[in-house]
Amino acid sequence: MLDRDQVLHVARLARLELTHDEVERMSRELSAVLDHIETISELDLESVAPTSHVIEIANALRADEPRPSLSREVALAGAPAVAEEGFEVPTPGS
Amino acid sequence: MNLQPTIGLEIHVQLDTRTKMFCACELSFGEPPNTRTCPVCLGLPGALPVLNAQSIHFGLMIGHALGCELAPQSIFHRKNYFYPDLPKGFQISQYDAPLCRGGSLGDVRIDRVHLEEDAAKLNHVGVSGRIHGAGSSIVDFNRGGTPLVEVVTEPDLHDAEEARVWLALLAATMRQLGVSDVRMAEGSLRCDANVSLAPAGSGELGVKTELKNMNSFSFVKRGIEAEIARQRALLESGAEVVQQTLHFDPRSGNLTSLRSKEEAHDYRYFPEPDLVPIAIDEEMVQRAREAVGELPATRIARYEHLGLSAEHAHQFAFRPALGSFFEAVLSAADGASPRELATWTAHVAAALGERDPDASALEPAALAALVALVGAGRVAAGPARTVVLARLLSQGGDPARIVEQEGVGALDDDAGLADAVAAAIAEHPDAAERLRAGNAKAIGPIVGHVMRATKGRADGGEVTRLVHERLGL
Repeated sequence: MLDRDQVLHVARLARLELTHDEVERMSRELSAVLDHIETISELDLESVAPTSHVIEIANALRADEPRPSLSREVALAGAPAVAEEGFEVPTPGS
Repeated sequence: MNLQPTIGLEIHVQLDTRTKMFCACELSFGEPPNTRTCPVCLGLPGALPVLNAQSIHFGLMIGHALGCELAPQSIFHRKNYFYPDLPKGFQISQYDAPLCRGGSLGDVRIDRVHLEEDAAKLNHVGVSGRIHGAGSSIVDFNRGGTPLVEVVTEPDLHDAEEARVWLALLAATMRQLGVSDVRMAEGSLRCDANVSLAPAGSGELGVKTELKNMNSFSFVKRGIEAEIARQRALLESGAEVVQQTLHFDPRSGNLTSLRSKEEAHDYRYFPEPDLVPIAIDEEMVQRAREAVGELPATRIARYEHLGLSAEHAHQFAFRPALGSFFEAVLSAADGASPRELATWTAHVAAALGERDPDASALEPAALAALVALVGAGRVAAGPARTVVLARLLSQGGDPARIVEQEGVGALDDDAGLADAVAAAIAEHPDAAERLRAGNAKAIGPIVGHVMRATKGRADGGEVTRLVHERLGL
């Protein structure tokens, strides 16, 4: 069972604010997920390579040829705040 | 307590591809802010990355150059953390399946070489130059998504100067490969150093600290020196080193601890589901191998084998343009020793400063011919350098003709030179007396007089011989 502190730690890493009830619920639900993975771990998978992708292809590569970028106006259109030709953000750590 | 430092380096180098790592935006070289972006490098919802083939090619070239094992299959991972320069909330990097493992450069073993994307640039001062309002910063995404190669060494270095020299060798290697221009001042090569101290011979490693983001060879050296001194003082006073990440301020020489948020290293890597694995085939490996030319370390060894001084071997190996010029002089020369030709090539480099020999009027064959004239005693080394070489550099031409035109041909040990020596001794009776009395240095004013009188055309060795002969020494 994931304890309260572990849930809060993961929530903090994901920048999520949880209510007391949500912490309780997440603790139960995440534990169930981990239990399921524990079950998979019981299988003997010594000779099975880990799957990193569901499609069995490799090398989906692109030639190193430029294509036009967005104009600054378009790039900044979705910015919550704009200043000095850029995205204005709170200074980290301040 | 005899404490020995141990240093490992992590180096990030921006690759000289035309486009970014996962999108077709052109790389930026000082373009106005936020003009080289697209949905992929802005991390807009629904955008999907597609890997730049050239970044893999460059990665494999580096792998060959460092003698790494190239992974037949490698994958990308997401390194998760929140920072305003990282729009997706994760950096696409490589984790437990990097492109290359192992290898070495010089005496330093390589742990791994992997590919990742660069972050955007966070500016605390806007383009207007004014310091932005307290508490807010400006993000420029032009750099975001630039391909980086990260080289991680084993902890095989033991002092700051050694680390600086090795880093310069790595930079020269990258430049020679043509995978990066390695302009450190512009941040295209950035270095982190892990530093620890332990009693010499203990075979153990002490608690290490990490110096972050140093962007010049001399800062790397000074930063490591400062950190070694700090740890030494702690350990010698009986205190302990605390594992932490430090920032070295090259202006003040101070080390400051970067606030270590406890989750800072909790990156929760997992395989990037938007990218398929890279499977290296024989054709890709072969193409990368063929693209690797002769590397600086190999060049240094070959030049030293030719008899060049270690200094010249390094100089030519680290500056490919100088190395190629030297090779051309060498192949044009007939009989002169490579060491002698290297000395003259170094004279050329000294005269040109930052400029490459190709940018001057000097032909390699002309330099070889000049060295031959000096070797044959047709012109003394002094005027050959100050007069003939100077003219060759600015106007080019035939050295033998220039010697003639400038009237700087060597004086034979004929009456002319003998007379000049006699006159010089007569002018400097005190010096002659001291020389007779056994003070070898006293010959200076006499030789100087002859040189002035002959406008430097006399051969120094010959003058010395004649002075001694005349004084019956």
